[in-house]
Amino acid sequence: MKYEIQPTLPPPSSMIGVVGWLRKNLFNGPTNSVATIVVGYFLISFLVPTIQWIFIDSDWVGTSRDACTSGGACWVFIANRLDQFLYGFYPETEHWRPQLAFIIMIGSIIWLVLPQTPKKGLVAILLLVVYPIIAYFLLYGDVFGLPQVETHLWGGLTLTLVLAVVGIVASLPLGIVLALGRQSDMPIVKSVCVTFIEIWRGVPLITVLFMASVMLPLFFPEGMSFDKLLRALIGITLFQSAYMAEVIRGGLQAIPKGQYEAADALGLGYWQKMILVIMPQALKLMIPGIVNTFIALFKDTSLVLIIGLFDVLAIGQAANQDPDWIGYSTESYLFIALLFWVFCFSMSRYSQHLEKKLHTGHGNRA
Amino acid sequence: MKKTLISTAVLMVAMTGTAMAGTLETLKERGALQCGVTSGVPGFSVPDDKGNWKGLDVDVCRAVAAAVLGDATKVKYIPLNAKERFTALVSGEVDVLSRVTTWTQTRDTQLGINFAGVNYYDGQGFLVKKELGLKSVKDLDGATVCVQSGTTTELNMADYFRTHGITYTPVVFDTNDQAAQAFDTGRCDSFTTDLSQAAGLRTRMQDPSAVGALPEVISKEPLGPVVRQGDDTWFNIVKWSFNAMLNAEELGLTSANVDKMKAESSDPNVKRLLGLDGPKGKGLDLADDWAYQIVKQVGNYGEAYERNVGKDSPLGLDRGLNALWNQGGLQYAPPMR
Amino acid sequence: MSSDISNSGHKPDGGSAPQSAPPLSKPKFWNDPKKRSLLFQILLLTALGFVFYTIIENTLTNLEQRGMTTGFDFLSREAGFGIAMSLIDYTEASSYGMTFIVGLLNTILIAVMGIIAATILGFILGVARLSDNWLIAKFSALYIEVFRNIPLLLQIFFWYYAVLRTLPAPRQSIEFLGSFLNNRGLIVPAPVPEDGFGLVIMGFFGAIVASWFIARWSRKRQELTGQQFPVILTSIGLIVGVPLLLFLFSGLPLGLDHPELKGFNFKGGITVIPELMALWLALSIYTAAFIAETVRAGILAVSHGQTEAATALGMSKAKTLRLIVIPQAMRVVIPPLTSQYLNLTKNSSLATAIGYPDLVNVFAGTTLNQTGQAIEVIAMTMAVYLTLSLLTSFFMNWYNARIQLTER
Repeated sequence: MKYEIQPTLPPPSSMIGVVGWLRKNLFNGPTNSVATIVVGYFLISFLVPTIQWIFIDSDWVGTSRDACTSGGACWVFIANRLDQFLYGFYPETEHWRPQLAFIIMIGSIIWLVLPQTPKKGLVAILLLVVYPIIAYFLLYGDVFGLPQVETHLWGGLTLTLVLAVVGIVASLPLGIVLALGRQSDMPIVKSVCVTFIEIWRGVPLITVLFMASVMLPLFFPEGMSFDKLLRALIGITLFQSAYMAEVIRGGLQAIPKGQYEAADALGLGYWQKMILVIMPQALKLMIPGIVNTFIALFKDTSLVLIIGLFDVLAIGQAANQDPDWIGYSTESYLFIALLFWVFCFSMSRYSQHLEKKLHTGHGNRA
Repeated sequence: MKKTLISTAVLMVAMTGTAMAGTLETLKERGALQCGVTSGVPGFSVPDDKGNWKGLDVDVCRAVAAAVLGDATKVKYIPLNAKERFTALVSGEVDVLSRVTTWTQTRDTQLGINFAGVNYYDGQGFLVKKELGLKSVKDLDGATVCVQSGTTTELNMADYFRTHGITYTPVVFDTNDQAAQAFDTGRCDSFTTDLSQAAGLRTRMQDPSAVGALPEVISKEPLGPVVRQGDDTWFNIVKWSFNAMLNAEELGLTSANVDKMKAESSDPNVKRLLGLDGPKGKGLDLADDWAYQIVKQVGNYGEAYERNVGKDSPLGLDRGLNALWNQGGLQYAPPMR
Repeated sequence: MSSDISNSGHKPDGGSAPQSAPPLSKPKFWNDPKKRSLLFQILLLTALGFVFYTIIENTLTNLEQRGMTTGFDFLSREAGFGIAMSLIDYTEASSYGMTFIVGLLNTILIAVMGIIAATILGFILGVARLSDNWLIAKFSALYIEVFRNIPLLLQIFFWYYAVLRTLPAPRQSIEFLGSFLNNRGLIVPAPVPEDGFGLVIMGFFGAIVASWFIARWSRKRQELTGQQFPVILTSIGLIVGVPLLLFLFSGLPLGLDHPELKGFNFKGGITVIPELMALWLALSIYTAAFIAETVRAGILAVSHGQTEAATALGMSKAKTLRLIVIPQAMRVVIPPLTSQYLNLTKNSSLATAIGYPDLVNVFAGTTLNQTGQAIEVIAMTMAVYLTLSLLTSFFMNWYNARIQLTER
């Protein structure tokens, strides 16, 4: 008798390919199948008309609402007001200034994010220290022959970015000081910092903005008045610095105790220890947290509309009230949502990527 | 710009209450009047599509700028909502608040502000959709009413409905614009505000002809420019800038004929107003021709009225209470002598 | 620490240290960390005191110069304005103090409603994200990524202006199950308890007490004999069944107050104003995305060995989830969950943008406008949120201490 080894049979066709994938992931057991069908039905019945409304039935070109005839979304509305959405009431001839400021910012951020580029530290310092000054003069003008543009004309996405960037850059040093103070073993310093942090973290941003807009002017001597934008920025910075302090504290605590002790053993003073040993390690760990607070701040900037600043959402609200375009508020909300979403989603992806990358170093999860 | 930065820094350091120079000096140094206005009420203060502010309230600001700086265009308009308007004035963010503000005792005496006159005598009314066929405010029993929060309007309505035993539900909004839009889209059955503003906001509704006002006027709303307490010179300047507009109308001076009148008129009243005689700019610390500048650059009260809210404007309001005293209205300015 | 400690940084005396080091005697006082920190703290206190003094001084001067009213007397004055929605009796003749309470109660209402809805939605989405059904997992991921990356205020506006505002007028209301939906809100029939309804309520509480005793008894019995008793099923049966039976036998003692269109609006029933609906939808949907992420992280934090061990012991999948995974996951989930609840409560202050009469809208809005007493009003408002957040953190610390693993 001869035994022949039969060739291995291929797996049943129901286990591989598209069918297999479907069986494994969608129709794996009766409960799952029912769930798939229900959710699938819901998704299709919702997504198909939505996509049709947004893309297929929509109107894209024109100058007035008469161009919107096909019954879908009226993107003409957005297109007509795009300049306002991006720059607010910033004079049209000067639009290149916010554009340039934006390009410089995006350029340096790309530089920092790409893995191969050299001199990241220098670029980061330039971005945090020099860039705000350049951007300020660029936007406000009144130097180098640039005409002055009053801050009450700033608006739209430009203002949103100004608020978010200033909020984060200004709150970083304040946050570092507060975090160090909270960890200090001097009881008064510690309690002052804890009180400050907990008060700002305990109240909603909106009350902070109210305070900045109606109370702050009373705190200063007569005749000294700040511009509305500056007051909002002060409020946002104080508020944000408390959150920043907690992120930085988290980073500091993730550094193993041995590092502190080793620095002490070398005879380094407090600031030498912090600047040379702890901070460089901790900052790396903090970046994802900082990006996350930045995302939160970026979304929160929309609250300034309540105190009468024209950020991108406020511009949208104003546009919705234009009697010539009544009834297209869904379009403007979708457009603004998309703007915010693109910024926030890409930042959160970057922060997740960083978290994974940093997972290798020390830190409590290693 | 560096100057602002440095001066801010210096001020931050030297925060300990330095006495402030008078509003007039600060303003002359700055070279522009800072004027608090609404964020957009047609006829009173509203920016056109090029960002130029227009309106009856805006003309008061322009008159003050013309009197003080000799140039009616040197005004920086700062839009304020109802909530922040008084703080902005008291803290010095604006020099004068010309923002459809009703003169009341509480405001005049407890908020640290002074009313410098009345540039529009108004009253509160109710807008409704005509299709409902309502005849009177009393028909509004059970209605939902849109109103701007933080205004005398809100309080008057509550008083009126309470004393007349009418039940209602208020829906409040931060700005009059929002309240009007909410009414327009059907959130409320009625919208209440000062009648003049109602006329302006009506023009922005989807179908202005389908909206009408109920006959009742339930309150007195004297609207006027406001200044901070404690600077009498400045208070007088604003008060008399507005009075000059009224007196100019009474004397028949307009922006068109003022140059001719200045050269030719022998009427002592006209001569005093134009600074050729009488008190001139003394006591106000202004140039002698301050009132001439107002009439020349801004015009008299009647011109401002017609241009912004009168018959030929989109609002189309009668002079009514706002006619001069000798034409059956309430506008009456003390004599300039 | 050695005596040649560095002088860089926060040396308090401004840096005029003499260079001549005395030979091995007591260290200079600025080199003594204890004295130095004492000096530094005194300086900090002085600086803070100075800042506060200046602010208070300035404010008082400003207030006095302008003749502005101060103090809390206004709280007892008559408010004189109406509020769209109040959980307690409020009329225009009530005081400003009452407006504070009305606003506070409305804030608590929206916070509680939002927390319940967001928790349910968030847990479902969090579990769904880990589902082995591809479609469900992806749908959940899509939901989370979309809604948490869009500002809450925008979502509130969307629901309020783009969705609820476009509903039909009262006369054309959408009618379902005796309820009406229109641009004035959702009007549902109000339950009106009649004679004998008290019995149903008593039955309900009685059943809860009974369930508690059953749970205790069954735990004891299980410890003694190892026998199990279906506590949860029995309890649900009791808590639902007893009141239901009582309700049926006492002749359905519950009337319904049906809303009816009279004049402008519906009379009778309970009206849920659109501002409340929009805020509730937006807060729940937004916060649920964050809670879902928290829940997912919590479940992932339970090590795989635990599930495998449970399977090896022959536990069913449901039992594993209920007895092994969830109790351990909760330990990780609860702290971030509380902070999400706190965020939701603070975020409810955005109500002011659409006119839902919460604390910020009524008190820090209208009352502030009418009285002009910004400092008092804002301080009271902030104090409320601060108290809420402090209470929450105390609860969290207590809870953390209670569920701490007792490691051996």
